Amino acid sequence: MTLEDLRELAEKEQTRQAQFEHRILYCSSAGCVSSGCDAVKTEMKKALEELGLTKKCELVGTGCLGLCGEGPLVFVHSDPTLYQHVDAAAARRIVEEHIGQGKKVQENILDMNDPFFSSQKKIVLENMGNINAESIEEYIAAGGYEALAKALTEMVPEEVVGEIRKAGLRGRGGAGYPTGLKWDIVRKGVADQKYVVCNADEGDPGAFMDRSVLEGDPHRVLEGMAIAGYAVGASQGFVYARAEYPLAIDRLKTAIKQAERLGLLGNRIFESQFNFRIDIRIGAGAFVCGEETALLRSVMGRRGRPKVRPPYPSEKGLWGKPTVINNVETYANVAPILRNGSAWFSAIGTQKSPGTKVFAIAGNVKRPGLIEVPMGIALRKIVFDIGGGTPEGTQFKAAQAGGPSGGCIPTEHLDIPVDYESLQTVGAMMGSGGMIIIDNTSNMVEVAKYFSEFCMDESCGKCIPCRVGTKHIYMMLEKIIKGDATEEDFELLKELCMMVKETSLCGLGQSAPNGVLSTVRFFKDEYLVKLKKSGAPGTIVNQPAAELSPAAAKEA
Amino acid sequence: MSVITFIIDDEHYSAKEGDTILQVTRDNKIHIPTLCYLDGLSTFGACRLCVVEIEGSPKLFPACTTKPTEGMIVRTKTDRLKRYRRMIVELLASEGNHQCAVCVVNGHCELQNLAYEVGLDHVRFPYLFPHKSLDATHKEFVMDRNRCVLCTRCVRVCHEVEGAHVWDIAGRGINCEIIADLNQPWGTSESCTSCGKCVRVCPTGALFEKGASIGEMQKERGFIKFIVNARNKSEWVHTAHEEE
Ligand SMILES: Cc1cc2nc3c(=O)[nH]c(=O)nc-3n(C[C@H](O)[C@H](O)[C@H](O)COP(=O)(O)O)c2cc1C
Ligand code: SF4
Ligand code: SF4
Ligand code: SF4
Ligand code: FES
Ligand code: FES
Repeated sequence: MTLEDLRELAEKEQTRQAQFEHRILYCSSAGCVSSGCDAVKTEMKKALEELGLTKKCELVGTGCLGLCGEGPLVFVHSDPTLYQHVDAAAARRIVEEHIGQGKKVQENILDMNDPFFSSQKKIVLENMGNINAESIEEYIAAGGYEALAKALTEMVPEEVVGEIRKAGLRGRGGAGYPTGLKWDIVRKGVADQKYVVCNADEGDPGAFMDRSVLEGDPHRVLEGMAIAGYAVGASQGFVYARAEYPLAIDRLKTAIKQAERLGLLGNRIFESQFNFRIDIRIGAGAFVCGEETALLRSVMGRRGRPKVRPPYPSEKGLWGKPTVINNVETYANVAPILRNGSAWFSAIGTQKSPGTKVFAIAGNVKRPGLIEVPMGIALRKIVFDIGGGTPEGTQFKAAQAGGPSGGCIPTEHLDIPVDYESLQTVGAMMGSGGMIIIDNTSNMVEVAKYFSEFCMDESCGKCIPCRVGTKHIYMMLEKIIKGDATEEDFELLKELCMMVKETSLCGLGQSAPNGVLSTVRFFKDEYLVKLKKSGAPGTIVNQPAAELSPAAAKEA
Repeated sequence: MSVITFIIDDEHYSAKEGDTILQVTRDNKIHIPTLCYLDGLSTFGACRLCVVEIEGSPKLFPACTTKPTEGMIVRTKTDRLKRYRRMIVELLASEGNHQCAVCVVNGHCELQNLAYEVGLDHVRFPYLFPHKSLDATHKEFVMDRNRCVLCTRCVRVCHEVEGAHVWDIAGRGINCEIIADLNQPWGTSESCTSCGKCVRVCPTGALFEKGASIGEMQKERGFIKFIVNARNKSEWVHTAHEEE
């Protein structure tokens, strides 16, 4: 394969698509699979055949269209129309009336001028609703693999790293570490073998950003990884995905095979000296396996348990070799940056956090779904313009950002720009993009308990503060909710939270108390009303002395 | 080999490149509490008792895995560290079933010593009283999971020094447990050579010799350093750290 071959392929595919007057793209991502897109597909196919429209209209499955709560969604591309709640009957009508007679089916139309769509900016999700999720030709027709070709034929590895650095791309998996810097460390490492790993563990409850990208546009991730491989000098990549993502894994497998068939993965890619292979590793879905050192151990077939850093994976990763590990969304940004240039990218978003961020909006919100917004957008816009606000009759109370270990942002901070640094100032974090909207029907101590329980269950058990501390945090919250806790208990809870945060080994323990700490910070009253005055009858303030030994009491 | 000069608790010390803060403090008789660390085994960094403060960073660092850099200012005994260490021991005391008065290692237990050291006169958290099993199927030794603090010294010594890899960890979080082979009774283990190393390095009464009664089980934890040194360097000498 050469660049000319690639372009020829793209043209061929564009011509093929142009033969059709209409293209119907139905969402074939997991959300719409569960709301019944298979029936929609079957019915549409049947209707097209019956009406003899198969030459006029093509029917393809595409990636997540965003408003998963209103699914199944169907997009008529040629004459841009988005349909919601499409059942078999509506599917038939769309074919008969819209495709057949040019009359839109008004009952199911979703207004695409709605701020849900117009407030978004799509880079990572640009191909959703545009291409067939299972066709490499369609990806190529949309400019796919051009960036890899450019890197391999026009740039030296150092320049590739330089572009990513100049673009200011930061890791989308949580901490926001500069991707170019990470790549540069690995590039400079001296080793006979290096690795590129994609973190697709995505364990946050309710989060499905990475899954959607893998299901809807897997080649984008493969291309990003191959570019990373070239930039750092690695010849082997791994995607670590959780077993709970069967559809994403299937699509990835298909995509890898297709890329290998066309020589876009394998040996001498674009007739260069560069060889790169990608394998999939399937994890059992432990949240802690998303932590990079635990993930790498799991890839090597060991117990998924974090270890002390340094050394960082970029110095000693898989089998002790320098390893790049990035999030799915991070890789998904790489090809567009090389295609459009670093200046284009850094002009989007804010100076310190350029680009966009994909969020999965869930909770007490009218329009949950998958969105992509420029960094620095006001939280208020996400909640109200895009999410449509909280359900009728309720009021917004807080937005929980950053996954189970993130923090709750209250009403008074609704105008905060959503970027890495700003979120930290209010005790929340960007995380990988889960956002849960909470309204005034929820109690914040209960919310804290929910997230604490998750962290407790997901602790790997290696270090004492997290293993035992998260258990006691959870039990203490239960006690408070039952109304059995005293003011001393509350003080102890706060001290315990600080201890777990400051002494735990990995990010899980270090951030596990955030749910409590941030709700204590902004919603302290909800805790205080539940507490007993110290010394109230029936309260046991302290446990009797631990019977460690008679000497213990004496020496203490 | 380059030498690094840095400050621990307001005094200057020097370190060889590659030394950890803990090695330097031990060489200089500065005491920092430890539990998972054992001279001669790989570092695990899990108990977090050895955390120290380093000026310029809000984070805490485990002394057993952190290497000093030139001019670094380390503090090992601040109020915050003392409070946190006490709380860590408190968490351990609440986690297991530690009835010292009837324990085989009463008086020779590292957990007990830590409790004295941090002044643990009472436990502010509810005891969890877990239902843990006791495995007495081995002909010479007993594993009582009620007293295990999950330091993994047994796992590491068996894997790294004896080479048998009998022990491993099953479960996660508060449900973690040390298991033999693929969770089989220790007595049926085909990999165990009955060398007794795990029993000797265990800081608590979780691993002990059959027949030992209350307070009788003496442990000799320093010998691992001796063996490892002898194997790697063919030097059969006792070094300074062993008795810690
Ligand atoms: C408990 C825990 C869970 C994590 N889970 C994920 C995850 O699911 N996906 C992810 O990309 N990063 C996750 N991370 C962050 C990774 O450790 C790592 O920082 C990230 O993969 C680096 O990629 P990036 O620089 O592209 O963000 C997690 C971290 C912790 C501490
Ligand atoms: S902080 Fe929690 S998850 Fe991380 S190493 Fe410690 S016990 Fe394991
Ligand atoms: S006795 Fe020796 S071989 Fe057996 S479990 Fe203990 S350390 Fe391993
Ligand atoms: S049995 Fe002993 S050595 Fe093994 S983990 Fe438990 S306390 Fe540590
Ligand atoms: S899964 Fe169909 S719109 Fe998201
Ligand atoms: S001794 Fe350093 S963490 Fe246990």
